[in-house]
Amino acid sequence: MTTMTDPPKASFRLSMLVYDTRYRSLTFQALAAVALALSFLYLGSNLINNLRAAGLNISYSFLGAPAGYDINQTLIEYDSQSSNARAAVVGLINTLIVAFLACITATVFGVIAGVLRLSNNWLVSKLMALYVEIFRNIPVLIWIIIIFTIMTAVMPAPRAFRGDEPEASMLFDAIAFTNRGVYIPAPVWGPGSMMVVATFIASIIGIFAYRRYATNLLYATGRLLPTTWPTIALLIVPSVLMFFIMGQPIGLDTPALKGFNFQGGIKVGGPLIALWFALSIYTGAFIAENVRAGIQAVSKGQTEAAAALGLRPRRVMNLVVLPQALRVIIPPLISQYLNITKNSSLAIAVGYADITATLGGITLNQTGRAIECVLLLMLFYLTISLCISAFMNVYNNAIKLKER
Amino acid sequence: MKKSVIFGALTVAGLAAGAAAAGTLDDVKARGKLNCGVTTGLVGFAAPDANGNWDGFDVGVCRAVAAAVLGDPTAVEFVPTTGKTRFTALASGEIDMLARNTTWTFSRDVDLKFTFVGVNYYDGQGFMVPSELGVSSAKELDGATVCIQTGTTTELNLADFFRANNISYEPVPIETNAEAQQQYLAGACDVYTTDASGLAATRATFENPGEHVLLPEIISKEPLGPLVRHGDNEWGDVVRWSLNALVTAEELGVTSANIAELSAGTNNPEVNRLLGTEGSLGEMLGLSADWAKNAIMAGGNYGELFEKNIGENTPIGLARGLNAQWTDGGLIYSPPFR
Repeated sequence: MTTMTDPPKASFRLSMLVYDTRYRSLTFQALAAVALALSFLYLGSNLINNLRAAGLNISYSFLGAPAGYDINQTLIEYDSQSSNARAAVVGLINTLIVAFLACITATVFGVIAGVLRLSNNWLVSKLMALYVEIFRNIPVLIWIIIIFTIMTAVMPAPRAFRGDEPEASMLFDAIAFTNRGVYIPAPVWGPGSMMVVATFIASIIGIFAYRRYATNLLYATGRLLPTTWPTIALLIVPSVLMFFIMGQPIGLDTPALKGFNFQGGIKVGGPLIALWFALSIYTGAFIAENVRAGIQAVSKGQTEAAAALGLRPRRVMNLVVLPQALRVIIPPLISQYLNITKNSSLAIAVGYADITATLGGITLNQTGRAIECVLLLMLFYLTISLCISAFMNVYNNAIKLKER
Repeated sequence: MKKSVIFGALTVAGLAAGAAAAGTLDDVKARGKLNCGVTTGLVGFAAPDANGNWDGFDVGVCRAVAAAVLGDPTAVEFVPTTGKTRFTALASGEIDMLARNTTWTFSRDVDLKFTFVGVNYYDGQGFMVPSELGVSSAKELDGATVCIQTGTTTELNLADFFRANNISYEPVPIETNAEAQQQYLAGACDVYTTDASGLAATRATFENPGEHVLLPEIISKEPLGPLVRHGDNEWGDVVRWSLNALVTAEELGVTSANIAELSAGTNNPEVNRLLGTEGSLGEMLGLSADWAKNAIMAGGNYGELFEKNIGENTPIGLARGLNAQWTDGGLIYSPPFR
């Protein structure tokens, strides 16, 4: 009688965790994860123990207490009796303003410089190369301080505008450039002004409709309608007509020197301008390189094919090269936008009241709640960055190559 | 402790920093050097001279403490701090004491866990304006742009003052005194506000000090003094009594000129106790018997330090005023050495 024996069953032994290649990597990953968790646990308990030893605790009750300080640029109502939380919101809004403005101008600078750097004109391309190399190789903090210092030193102080023969005068009697900022006229909305605004919005919608119609006509019949002149005409003519029909309802509040400063109009503060300009021109240099890389990533055959079809160089760029280049440009562009937002935290160098200056600066200092403030700051920046990233990813998905 | 805790939690490298709580006196002795936090540069109070040596009224306090503890007034490492970094630097143990015209307030003493060891200058917040503006009172400053050092008590006093007088202003927050000076001189702000002593010191460095006036209003009480971390009472005592030794020396007429003579022994027992020829005060502090003598010899007594650095014969030109000895009608008063 023969005994049938099954092939030995692969029973699991502990030693296999180390010697069996199927399990080894899992073992080490698990060990690493545990070690990481333990070290964070240690840091956390260290923090809590030390805080307790010092008789301190984590508390966010200071957010409701009056801030006690004033802020020089507030878009929402704020005074020194408002809460620390409101001061943080004022700072957050200021951060978003400068980040938004800088993202737009940096993109404009970047696209222009990136395209011109590939120009056949030797002087233009070398000038752009010079711009890129100088601006991206010097830290942005230094640019912010240089620009701000030059602004304060070169522009006249408000008191230079005083007197019968002032040393400085206003541009068109409406715009004053001072070392505290630029004062521009503010619109005054009279009755009926909403009609003008509505007309303006309607004409913008009209422009889009017209351009879409022109494109469709081009694809359908091959007939090319002019777009530039009708666009400009649509933008201006109806609104101006409506402005006079309604009896000029929108007035201008021009700034005038009163007391120590210009009063009236809108003040664009010196710190905001310096920070905005420095961030744009610095990040613009990086974006220029992204744009150049994107354009060069489009194969030369595309340009040649388009030229062979008889397209002029500008149309080759706008219709053939740039749409394809965008697929390469957008992903690194997102990270440049994130950089702008994060770099805006250098605002305190020029006294711009962003969130790092209010919540992470004055509030932190006056309340001594450092851990709480820094945690909140981290949360704010993380949220802003993730939102920008999500928004730009939606755009990226819309333009990326559709593979079917 | 608090700030060291944050960094300890946020950076692994910070782990080593947490141990600076107890035994500062032993740490300083072992190191052979006192780490003293000062301003980043305020002429008269603390500023490096042309050779890079720190000099000034607050610096004098640092040197006196170093002389008392280590017997050498030059054994000081000066750590420049801004209004924002000073408390973190002290709490984390980066510096052993802070002598940076810092105002003694309730919340700094109680909530931030520091110990103010005394007052070496009674100050108040004032305003400086160019005389061409023709302003004679702070109440005429409606609508003015005001330069202010951020992270200081002056920021809150300013808001309170303008609010109480129902006038408006526009703050320009500035990090250091040097930046504020630059902004003020360029006309980017109409007014510069900080402690009156600081204004006088800043004005002294201007090309034409006469073109700027200090307004008469003093809008706050600013008792400035050295401070140490809370919870290390032995070290707090050392710094407190080093400062008191300077004050008492002036009161008793002990100066850097006659101290060698007096330390041979006098008929005044308090002078003898102060200079260590009688009693054992130094031993009680854990220092040598001649600790106070060393402290006074470092830069002279309180009055000498004052006259040399910020007194009426210096460019800063501050009168003693509130900072005269109590015997002369001022507030400077030391408990007895007994």
